[in-house]
Amino acid sequence: MSDAWKRFRRDRLALVGLGVVVVMSAAALLAPAIAPHDPSAQFFDGLTLQGAPVPPGGKYLLGTDLLGRDLLSRLLFGARTSLVIGVAANGAAVLVGTALGVVAGYLQGWAGAAIMRFTDLMMAFPALLLAIALAAIFAPSLWIVAMVIALVNWVQIARVVYTETTALAARDYIEAARALGATNARILALHLLPHLVPTVLVYATLGIATTVLLEATLSFLGIGVRPPTPSWGGIIFESQSYFLSAPWLVFFPGAAIMLLALSFNLVGDALRDALDPTQRGR
Amino acid sequence: MNRLYMTAAAALVAAATALPAAAEEAKRGGTMVVAYKDDISTFDPAIGYDWQNWSMIKSLFDGLMDYKPGTTDLIPDLAESYAISADGLTYTFKLRPGVKFHNGRAMTAADVKYSIERAVNPATQSPGQGFFASIKGFDEMAGGGAAELAGVTTPDDSTVVIELSRPDATFLHVAAINFGFAVPKEEVEKYGPDFGRNPVGTGAYKMTEWTLGQRVVFERNADYYRPDAPYLDKIVFEVGQDPTVALLRLQRGEVDVLGDPIPSAQFVEVVNDPANKDLIVEGGLLHTGYVTMNVTQPPFDSKLVRQAVNMAINKDRILRIVNNRGVAANQPLPPAMPAYDTDYKGYAFDPAKAKALLAEAGHADGFATELYVMNTDPNPRIAQAIQQDLAEIGVKAEVKSLAQSVVIAAGGDGTAPMIWSGGMAWIADFPDPSNFYGPILGCGGAVPGGWNWAKYCNEALDAKAAAADAMVDPAKAAERLDLWRSIYIELMDDAPWAPVFNEVRFAMHSARIGGDKILFADPIHIPVHYDYVYAKDAQ
Amino acid sequence: MLSHLARRLTASLLILLGVTLITFCLTFLIPADPVRMIAGRSATPETVASIRHQLGLDRPLPVQYASYVGKLVQGDMGRSYVQKTEVATLIRSRLPATLLLMAGAIFFELLIGMPAGVFAATRRGRPADRGIMILSFAGVSTPQFVLGLLLLYVFAYLLGWFPLSGYGTPAHLVLPALTLGVAGGGWYSRMMRSSMVEVLRHDYIRTARAKGLSERGVVLVHGLRNAVLPLIAMIGLDIGIFMSGAVVVESVFGWPGIGQLAWQAIQRLDIPIIMGVTLVAAVAIVIGNLLADLVTPLIDPRIRLR
Repeated sequence: MSDAWKRFRRDRLALVGLGVVVVMSAAALLAPAIAPHDPSAQFFDGLTLQGAPVPPGGKYLLGTDLLGRDLLSRLLFGARTSLVIGVAANGAAVLVGTALGVVAGYLQGWAGAAIMRFTDLMMAFPALLLAIALAAIFAPSLWIVAMVIALVNWVQIARVVYTETTALAARDYIEAARALGATNARILALHLLPHLVPTVLVYATLGIATTVLLEATLSFLGIGVRPPTPSWGGIIFESQSYFLSAPWLVFFPGAAIMLLALSFNLVGDALRDALDPTQRGR
Repeated sequence: MNRLYMTAAAALVAAATALPAAAEEAKRGGTMVVAYKDDISTFDPAIGYDWQNWSMIKSLFDGLMDYKPGTTDLIPDLAESYAISADGLTYTFKLRPGVKFHNGRAMTAADVKYSIERAVNPATQSPGQGFFASIKGFDEMAGGGAAELAGVTTPDDSTVVIELSRPDATFLHVAAINFGFAVPKEEVEKYGPDFGRNPVGTGAYKMTEWTLGQRVVFERNADYYRPDAPYLDKIVFEVGQDPTVALLRLQRGEVDVLGDPIPSAQFVEVVNDPANKDLIVEGGLLHTGYVTMNVTQPPFDSKLVRQAVNMAINKDRILRIVNNRGVAANQPLPPAMPAYDTDYKGYAFDPAKAKALLAEAGHADGFATELYVMNTDPNPRIAQAIQQDLAEIGVKAEVKSLAQSVVIAAGGDGTAPMIWSGGMAWIADFPDPSNFYGPILGCGGAVPGGWNWAKYCNEALDAKAAAADAMVDPAKAAERLDLWRSIYIELMDDAPWAPVFNEVRFAMHSARIGGDKILFADPIHIPVHYDYVYAKDAQ
Repeated sequence: MLSHLARRLTASLLILLGVTLITFCLTFLIPADPVRMIAGRSATPETVASIRHQLGLDRPLPVQYASYVGKLVQGDMGRSYVQKTEVATLIRSRLPATLLLMAGAIFFELLIGMPAGVFAATRRGRPADRGIMILSFAGVSTPQFVLGLLLLYVFAYLLGWFPLSGYGTPAHLVLPALTLGVAGGGWYSRMMRSSMVEVLRHDYIRTARAKGLSERGVVLVHGLRNAVLPLIAMIGLDIGIFMSGAVVVESVFGWPGIGQLAWQAIQRLDIPIIMGVTLVAAVAIVIGNLLADLVTPLIDPRIRLR
């Protein structure tokens, strides 16, 4: 493990990415303390007399949104939304995907085939349409959005875990353990899962990036978290009609989304290289 | 039996068909380009019911009655004259001669009967079926029992007699509504459900092309019975045009009329530009945006709470969110509607008094509730502004931003305590005060699935409404309007709604399109009255 | 090979059936009433009941589903509840736009990804390689709607090089296709790079070099030919993604594709359209996956055909 950490450390970009993640997480945690204004407060002077948002500068460092709310404060609290959903939704996707993948890969036979056929079915389903339909069924809230994203994302992890488990389960020492009378549960816990950790960890990290993007997209379509909860994608959704005259409302949240997703991608990629050097360059 | 002849009707016809002012420069010919974002859904008059196709259908088809251009006054259209019996139960329409369908065939009384029956026939699935409910025999045909409408008879080829089962003061408006517009039976049967894509009517224009997702073309009907209208030879509707793009194209001269509202971001700049002074016309709409409160769900079962909500909403701030494209509303009816009460003050914005009322109702610490809203911009923003206003008086409203169909279902089922009507707000089907009552404020609409989302049922007011609609005598018209006025003001005391604003529309057209200003501000023909505008550069 | 193909086809058909079943259940789970939307706001309860009966929506759900599938195999996708037009007609009118966008996106993906990947592979470990990898990641991490709005603002609004939105000329296609292509380009460049690196390690490359071919000749002719196979597999997967996931780009650029059709249909609960679009998208995904799976054994002979 320390070997892997040393390899990881050598990748400077990944360290930068990790730094960004840490800073954003800190900002999200400390948001109530460092945000200059209440993110939901609609200020009277936050809008011009004709109802246009105020550009960056002065009282509102990054400008205001279309309801006269401070953008900087909303961005800080929006980090919470992105990170909470990123971790929760992705965590759920990883759990479900890993569980199904391991069971299918280990059991094989008709149970394994059934699970993998189900996975194929979910893969054939247009992801975004599924998300939109689910959002119509369950009135969106933070946790509903997380659940919807998890339901859409678990498939890829399940497939990868299945392939790995199949390869692992065929090894001799598994046969030996079974011959010695070890129960399935014991084999799974002691011999299989530990070897899967690197792969799962990599996909978990990369998955957060996808999740952050998906949450932003759902908010952009108007089916994201419940207003007035700030969400980076949601800010862009509400400001679309003004983006030619108030571009800061699109670019600041957009840059934030990109930065967070990019950082997780860099970290995940470096993690993959660090944990399995033979995979270098792939 | 005495008959009350509308002898004035004949004179009215001559006067009403006189063109609006500034007609002296009107020339025949030319093409007009109108830009829309969405593709048109259908041209079938019995089915088309959205604000986009409503006026287009009026140009492709005609009905017994119509409205004087730019106004809310009724005039005869396919009917040359009409007579109403003294008891108000029999309407006799004499059809004008020489009206032809676009396929060349002459229109007769049988076509009018067929068209009205088609709207009532349940197989057509017409959303306007209910408007004809006062015609005798409606229940039998709508229920599926009868194959025709007993109340509509055609003693000869140019006379249509309609008998009502009860006096209905709004019936002339029903005779003017799209759903009953004349359609030729042979074309309807030929195209079946695709008639909406291949419309054949008697209107000023005929549809000559429809490329799905791109363009619809109307061409002047050479056989149109009016000699002086329409002016334009061709109207091209370009769809799939983003409103921002459409505006730019209009400024470059590629588009003549904007079908969708001027986009918010450019609105202030465009309206204040002196170069656009003659190109933008402001007009009232028969629209009210409101917050409904479910009177069957505590704490909204208390009148005091509902009045408090009325006083808590800062309407001026909300108007700023919509670029001031509206006026604050204090009653259900919009200013453009007859029977609007100009003296009524309504509930003034007074959060302190609102809090006091809440305390009086036993909610000194406020309460939690839900505000449903449609999830397309700008409605979630408006809902959040209302949410903040409510928070000021201690009401913690959770905003539920959902798909339109879901909000409508929640309102119909009575599960939504508060709904911001934006995007689904009531726009009058015809310019008569009764249209704002029945489905959305009357007991008939308070049933599960109905559109009376406040579930407000006041039997006394219902009785008054029925009495008002029975006042058929034109001499009593003013009295009828007074009665309606009092119904709505009395209703505001109960405050099942919190009216917020009435939309004002700003129609923008290019310099080469001419016509009286009222043609662009017409509350019934949106965005413009296609039949009477003209091209200044026509040869 | 043929029996394998037959098995895959059967599996695919069953999967498509499964997709229709799930979509069907989802549309009925949406807490709204399609009949109310058709009947309009002035309808009486009798009218509503009559419309419900005519559309067959008062039958038990399994019966409705069986009836739908029965008509489907005969090629009848039903009629839109709102417009009464045939679903097949509506989809067909929008399919060319979606296919055009997909072709444009794949073009840009390859245009960006292939040269970048090859370049990075030949300069492995050096700053150029790192630079390209960062850019690739950035492309993948940018949300499509942000990139789209950014391109729109700079190239259409400020510079005026391209039209702001709409459909019709090649100029209209550039910005939306580019938006989709950048993200994919990022994936492709990484895939191209790793594939090239793999290939360049092989013996036959050394042989080519020893034979005296120029470095460029070696890379482009021998290396590329073999390295390009994984990309073909990715294109297969892309077909599926673009058919279903272009809703956002279509919305930003006003592109009249089937994504927009589906979005509006869900808003208005126009069930036949929802079913139709989902099915068409699923078919594309299945075909794309099939293509990718057929190409994969050519890349890595160790992977046995299941």
